[in-house]
Amino acid sequence: MSFVQVRDLWQAYGDRSILERVNVDVAEGEFISIVGASGCGKSTFLRMLLAEERPTRGSIRIDGGEPALEPNRERGVVFQKYSVFPHLTVRDNLIAGQSFGTRWGALFGGAKAAARANADDMLAKIGLNHVADQYPASLSGGMQQRLAIAQALIAKPRVLLLDEPFGALDPGTRVQMHEFLQALRDETGMTVFMVTHDLEEGFKLGDRVLVFDKPRWDPHDPGAYGATITYDFDARDGGIPFQHLNPPTTKDITDAL
Amino acid sequence: MRLINKTPARAGAVFLAALPFIVIAIAYAIGSDIRLSANPQDKLLPAPSTIWDTAVRLFTEPDKRTRDILLWKDTWASLIRLGVGVAVSAVISLTLGMVIGLLPYARAGLSGFVAVLSMVPPLALLPILFIVFGLGELSKIVLIVIGITPFMTRDLAQRVLDIPREQIVKAQTLGASSGVIALRVALPQILPRLISNIRLSLGSAWLFLIAAEAVASNVGLGYRIFLVRRYLAMDVILTYVMWITLLAFVIDWALRRLSRRAFPWMEAGL
Repeated sequence: MSFVQVRDLWQAYGDRSILERVNVDVAEGEFISIVGASGCGKSTFLRMLLAEERPTRGSIRIDGGEPALEPNRERGVVFQKYSVFPHLTVRDNLIAGQSFGTRWGALFGGAKAAARANADDMLAKIGLNHVADQYPASLSGGMQQRLAIAQALIAKPRVLLLDEPFGALDPGTRVQMHEFLQALRDETGMTVFMVTHDLEEGFKLGDRVLVFDKPRWDPHDPGAYGATITYDFDARDGGIPFQHLNPPTTKDITDAL
Repeated sequence: MRLINKTPARAGAVFLAALPFIVIAIAYAIGSDIRLSANPQDKLLPAPSTIWDTAVRLFTEPDKRTRDILLWKDTWASLIRLGVGVAVSAVISLTLGMVIGLLPYARAGLSGFVAVLSMVPPLALLPILFIVFGLGELSKIVLIVIGITPFMTRDLAQRVLDIPREQIVKAQTLGASSGVIALRVALPQILPRLISNIRLSLGSAWLFLIAAEAVASNVGLGYRIFLVRRYLAMDVILTYVMWITLLAFVIDWALRRLSRRAFPWMEAGL
């Protein structure tokens, strides 16, 4: 049983088809890169994973659960921008990641102290403890995105969705962010979906690279057919296949006998 | 060098800022002098010294009959009306604006209504208010509220809608309910807008206040101006006008200070 199960997903806005017949199974802990041309529906796919949009047909299930009707705590998200709250300090943004799920959106007493300690641990881990009391607007783009990823992770989602998270960063910062994200992922073993424009980035970070494209094209009616997953690359080991042969174990042989 | 690229130095900027005031003062002094030399009894343009004497008298000498200093009494009465009116408008528009901005059902039901309501000229409703609420304080406060609330509501609702969709979605993925999103995401980001909104609306609020006081009142800055108009007491009128201007300026300045103090994150990016 796969962890994230997408079955026969269609999305259309009026007469315009965006996605059609999308089927994919993702195991727990896999890092999925999603690439494709502009307007091929990869962001739409992410919004549906997020449950911000509901599909016209088909379903997305996480761990066999019911398809979600609205964004919830199972799904963490980081957008290209506007992912942190500008009116909260860096530390308060991380505390918000823990407190927003409560009745009044705030923690008190011991729970508050615990959340604060938790936030400070996370700040040390992502190297932002020196700016804990500053507001996000005074941070660089890379620091803001690190904060956004940390904020999403501190709420302990089951899948992490990244919508071109490094698209607005300069190349040097982007490489740093790749290392940051890989380290964080090695530690948490999180299931990640990342939409990106950058093919190299997609192959570098992803275990699998999904390519969205339109398999059918009507020149008289460009909106008639939607895009689907046209390639599903195995991007582990630098994209070189058959690097992990699984020799039969003794148990397999005895079972077979 | 192009004209658009020429900028004044600090001293030059201060001088240029003061220049219009100086020009007006000098023009007034000359005009007043010409008229007074032709007719010492002229009341239209009292000499600056006369205005100063009148101002000192108004601010310090109590009225012979009531033993009150009328200017302070007027100021107090007007500021109470203005303050209550603006406060009520702020509360109503903040609540309505948040509800309209956040809830699609409320938006569908209310945004058209508020848009139409903001087109009704408030002064045309003044007679109705006098008939319904009488000639007391209530009708004046209600005029201010009716005058500025629809505009403030529309603007605040738009500001709530302008909060990036990403933030609202992010809050949901952190488990926030509608109430938490309203309280912890929308409200803190809207409060600075509310203050700048109040600053913008104060001009209209003063207009409605003085209009209401001019029509029916027995105390207040607007009432006094329209009362002494009968005696052509330009020195009193000018003193009151300058006093009102000063009050408006101080209130605006205080609100701006408050906004900077209370919302440091607004300036963080600058």
